[in-house]
Amino acid sequence: MSPSPAAFRIEARPEIPRNLLYATPLLAVVLTVIAGFFIFLAMGYDPFLSLYHFFVSPLLTVYGLSELMVKAAPLIMIGVGLAVGFRANVWNIGAEGQLTVGAVAGGVVALAFWGEEGALTLPLMCLAGVAGGMAYAAVPAFLKTRFGVNEILTSLMLTYVATLFLSALVYGPLKDPLGFGFPQSRMFGDAALLPLLVEGTRLHLGTALALAIAVAGWVLMTFTIVGFQVRVLGQAPLAARFAGFNASRIVWFCLLLSGGLAGLAGTFEVAGPIGQLIPEISPGYGFTAIIVAFLGRLHPLGIILSGLLMALSYIGGEVAQVEVGLPQAVTGVFQGLLLFFLLASDFLVRYRIRRRTPVAPAAGAAPAAE
Amino acid sequence: MTAQSGMPARLEVRGVSKRFPGVLANDRVDFAVAPGEIHALLGENGAGKSTLVKIIYGVLHPDEGSLHWNGAAVQVADPHAARALGIGMVFQHFSLFEAMTVLENVALGMDRPGNMTALAQRVREVSQAYGLPLDPDRDVYTLSVGERQRIEIVRCLLQSPKLLIMDEPTSVLTPQEVGRLFETLRQLASEGVSILYISHKLEEIKQLCDRATILRGGRVVAACDPKAETAKSMAQMMIGAELKTVTRRAAVPRDDRGTGEARLVVEGLSLASEAVHGTDLKNVSFAVRAGEIFGVAGVAGNGQNELLMALSGESLADHETVVRIDGTAAGRSDAGARRRLGLCAVPEERNGHAAVPGMSLVENAILSGHHRMELVSSLFIRAGAAARFAAAIVQAFDVRTPGTGVAAGSLSGGNLQKFVVGREILQNPKVLVVSQPTWGVDAGAAAAIHQALSDLAAEGVAVLVVSQDLDELLAITDRLAVINVGVLSSAMVTREASVEEIGLLMGGVHGLDSAVAGKEAAHVA
Repeated sequence: MSPSPAAFRIEARPEIPRNLLYATPLLAVVLTVIAGFFIFLAMGYDPFLSLYHFFVSPLLTVYGLSELMVKAAPLIMIGVGLAVGFRANVWNIGAEGQLTVGAVAGGVVALAFWGEEGALTLPLMCLAGVAGGMAYAAVPAFLKTRFGVNEILTSLMLTYVATLFLSALVYGPLKDPLGFGFPQSRMFGDAALLPLLVEGTRLHLGTALALAIAVAGWVLMTFTIVGFQVRVLGQAPLAARFAGFNASRIVWFCLLLSGGLAGLAGTFEVAGPIGQLIPEISPGYGFTAIIVAFLGRLHPLGIILSGLLMALSYIGGEVAQVEVGLPQAVTGVFQGLLLFFLLASDFLVRYRIRRRTPVAPAAGAAPAAE
Repeated sequence: MTAQSGMPARLEVRGVSKRFPGVLANDRVDFAVAPGEIHALLGENGAGKSTLVKIIYGVLHPDEGSLHWNGAAVQVADPHAARALGIGMVFQHFSLFEAMTVLENVALGMDRPGNMTALAQRVREVSQAYGLPLDPDRDVYTLSVGERQRIEIVRCLLQSPKLLIMDEPTSVLTPQEVGRLFETLRQLASEGVSILYISHKLEEIKQLCDRATILRGGRVVAACDPKAETAKSMAQMMIGAELKTVTRRAAVPRDDRGTGEARLVVEGLSLASEAVHGTDLKNVSFAVRAGEIFGVAGVAGNGQNELLMALSGESLADHETVVRIDGTAAGRSDAGARRRLGLCAVPEERNGHAAVPGMSLVENAILSGHHRMELVSSLFIRAGAAARFAAAIVQAFDVRTPGTGVAAGSLSGGNLQKFVVGREILQNPKVLVVSQPTWGVDAGAAAAIHQALSDLAAEGVAVLVVSQDLDELLAITDRLAVINVGVLSSAMVTREASVEEIGLLMGGVHGLDSAVAGKEAAHVA
């Protein structure tokens, strides 16, 4: 009559252990390292040496540490913005596209002032970057609030449009006239570049701003009515309506905030470590920031830590590539493993797997109780 | 306690205990149900009724103690085993698929449905034999709540149960439907079926039940013959204390209703429901005056939720003038704006609507309190003020909680209800709209909430109470109207209204909208 029941079943835990919820990111990191160990072993590399170069040696030099911050800054900024949206169940997956448009907007301002930069150039670039990211995120916001279109799809698809748009510009109108035909813009003038915090490194002003933004995000979510509205909408949309919170406005706010921060991060990239517009501005910061947001428990201060960790995976990948000869794909593998273990341990904190007792009948036979 | 000498009890529960983390839900419970007996299980919320019933039906397993079926010890491993023994259960919340037919729903809930044509025939036979008219081929979404309950009952009866458990079966029925259900239950009892009847409606238990077992704090505190008791004496056994009766205020004499100024005026409110099988509101008009309690009676699902949303501002009317709060047109104003005008509301569903289960009581106090209680200053939440407001609610309404920092979802249903009702009352509203104010709260708390509503009206607040509990409305309202398929009857003075008249209106016999109402009445009849 009914199919034979599976040997295991998954059920919600009656009580979710709070402290475990915060321990899962650490557990995920440990499991990632263990899995990495065996992957290196299977690939024929010395696992200890590989792990050392991946996770430890970048932290031993000033340059390594400064690079860590340079890579972590965009992840933290974007992660904070995305986390606010995720709290409201607004799933902006297109931060990579918003970053790109923000970089283009900021870059265009820098190039427009080329040769005659002043004190206002950099602030204008930042404003343009924020505006660009916001404008790009406004598209999914409009489609969602007006027509109920799923923002996951629209924001993700727009990412590819943005990348192609950037390519079209640097292969075309913005190409450096003296650049021997390479697909890149002129180098920005000095006044259009973010000041360095430590000479001899690439540690720029944007990294400090990223930390300030994370703190501001924490204040927003914890102490203001805006953050409260965001949290209520995410946890109980009906209660948000009951309280008189305007769901459309919150959706707009979340998308504009995350888009704006992604756009600013894009401007910081071109005005910081890169210094010009090139076809590939970001090694996937916009996507990695999604992992950063979840690994940081959607908490702005947690996101600082997880942003640093994910930055380490970028730098560690490069170092391991040079020192041990590991393929570059290892970075992606580690990021994927980390997300996998995080989701798995999250799941197991909330649910448990139980063996079916042999006498139990098929669940479908019993009418659903209360 | 054993059954009558000579005959073994149909079901005997001996020394059953069940422990959950932090609570002893059942503490050495003993009681027995004789064959053909209608036995009431009575108790406040949290007294352990549900746990006990779940143990009998095999959903939970006792930590200690045993169940005896016709004199023999049995282990009820799961609901399947319970049904095999001959135990049937009608749950308070139905588990029906709206888009499927009656017959399909019946078959889905059976262990061995067999041939569908034969089953349809048996559904007709059983429903006829027990006065439960039911067309097996109708789609469930077209049925009234009373008809839906019949599906659940027929589904149980098809398995020829020896013990039928009914969990709060009348909360969704009109008085006429209740009468019919009781006839069916008496007929079943006369055929030797034992019935375990769970309810908090004491008058019904007096009418229907042969014996009652009263639980309090997980233990059996008394057993009685309900017919020999008064509703009040049983309520006192249930809560273990003297029951306070609501003292009616004298500030606005009932005969003077109509002299107070209209605080909430609704004129020609028509609104399409957003829910898939929801009820559209059709040309609803009424006025609630300062100092009166106005009741809206009706069977669940007749537009009460839609009405409440339209009043609270969660759904907007077509025109600003359709809803007027204290003289100000507010039909197009959202919930926050209406609160500022002085209209506070308590929706029916607590978890996820009136409160966010995962948030603390302080945060839930901010949820609807920030408009009127000055809990926010220039975007920042005033944490101290919010905490004080939450603490004031907890204190004034005797909310049992370890503190205001705990999640709302961790409170029992009754305590959370006290919290959300208290939260609106303490905001000094000019108009209070409450749905199901005492739903799921114990008798003591219900009396306290009724008293608070009464006091509020005495202060000159216009109070609107939407409830499916007609007794509640008869006890506390000054005037009431009945909602049926989205149409609100004209208001009547509660004192002069008869239960029969109200019951007929609840069943859909309307002067207005006679085409729809007539059809609906035919279903009910």
